Amino acid sequence: MLAIFDYKAGNQTSVHRALEHLGIPNEITNDPAKLDKAAGIIFPGVGAAGQAMDELHSAGLDDVIKGLIARNKPVLGICVGCQILLDYSEENDTKALKVIPGECRLFNPSWLDYEGIPIRVPHMGWNQVELKRECRLFKDIEPDACFYFVHSYYPAPKEEFVIGTTRYGIDFCSLHGREGLWAVQFHPEKSGRPGLKLLRNFHDYCLEAADAQ
Amino acid sequence: MLSKRVIPCLDVRNGQLTKGIKFKGNVNIGDPVETARRYYEEGADEIVFYDITASSEGRGIFLDVVEKVASQIFIPFSVGGGINSVADMRDVLLAGAEKVSVNSGAVKNPDIISEGAVRFGSQCVVLGMDVKRVEKSETIPSGFEIVIHGGRKYMGMDAIEWAKTGEALGAGEICLNSIDADGTKDGYDLELTRLVAESVTIPVIASGGAGAPQHMVDAVTKGRATAALIASIVHYGEYTIPQLKRYMQDAGVHMRTVW
Repeated sequence: MLAIFDYKAGNQTSVHRALEHLGIPNEITNDPAKLDKAAGIIFPGVGAAGQAMDELHSAGLDDVIKGLIARNKPVLGICVGCQILLDYSEENDTKALKVIPGECRLFNPSWLDYEGIPIRVPHMGWNQVELKRECRLFKDIEPDACFYFVHSYYPAPKEEFVIGTTRYGIDFCSLHGREGLWAVQFHPEKSGRPGLKLLRNFHDYCLEAADAQ
Repeated sequence: MLSKRVIPCLDVRNGQLTKGIKFKGNVNIGDPVETARRYYEEGADEIVFYDITASSEGRGIFLDVVEKVASQIFIPFSVGGGINSVADMRDVLLAGAEKVSVNSGAVKNPDIISEGAVRFGSQCVVLGMDVKRVEKSETIPSGFEIVIHGGRKYMGMDAIEWAKTGEALGAGEICLNSIDADGTKDGYDLELTRLVAESVTIPVIASGGAGAPQHMVDAVTKGRATAALIASIVHYGEYTIPQLKRYMQDAGVHMRTVW
């Protein structure tokens, strides 16, 4: 069973629907016992980093998610759930979870895109991920597959945690973390077949990790 | 590199897919859920639903449609039509849409944009604009005026100013519809599209007038739009979405080609 970490994030039901479609047992929950029992956790998020941290903090859930990660529970952070794993976000001047060293910065609309025209902010639409190192999540996904992005701030973790990058004005980090703790800036639940495959790969990893214990 | 998007627009009335010309004479042309799923499988980059139902009973049927779509297609979709309050926005987002498009509701009450952006995030607030060409004047210096009620009511607002206001209030995207071009299949209003695209930094979707794949290329190059909205061109089977995307790719536009 995968747990979708419930802190009222806007996309948690979209993640739930995608997992249902894949036939992956899942539950939206913030019950610590259920989260501990789950093979893996999806940490969703949409909207603003400050609001997400407020929501987590006021419900005492920031320590819950940090505890799960400390105990090596497989976690997949999505969008704002990816950003707030870092130390800090420029969005709302937010102190974040400090699980992965780095910060989240605002795109600069004076940066130029590949046509030499200023980029639009938010970065909205389909873009590619270039892997800097091998990643289990991308098993059997075509290198030119596109994923759906919608965000104005981008993750900038410490170099050793960068797994994949995406070109938008600059090469920003769209996938960071380490084995078993992955954070994706894009929305796999809304990225068609490649996104669903990524969720499937995460689930496969979680089952293997649970078996190995 | 960010791909340009091809976005089929489905007008839904009382739960049925419908299409009119210049906002008039709508006829039913199929089931919205089935059609959306087909477009998803064919590589549509996003889907827009526009609810043109007037009654509250029809509204309920429409929300059912949104829920069914959300459980079957895994690309983003937006919902517009009759969104007049934050509660309306909440209803369609809870039913499973990623984005909600405000149009007349925002013209009458611009605060709905900022309230929606604070509550749900800018990324899910699309400002839909219906625009008509008029004589340039002191009130409408660009010669493009905002209209509502399907183009029947002129609002005395300049489209360029309204686009900037919408961005400042927190809209994350603009869907720009030319009523003069809508349903004509003669091409998008490129002058309007470029004017709006260059006056804001948020993404702009060109809408109204797509009749040939070259029109879509023009919208995202000359018009500076980041996406092209289409309707008749695919609803009646003249082109398939893969044909349109291949044409755009061959014309040098960066497209999503694997799905």
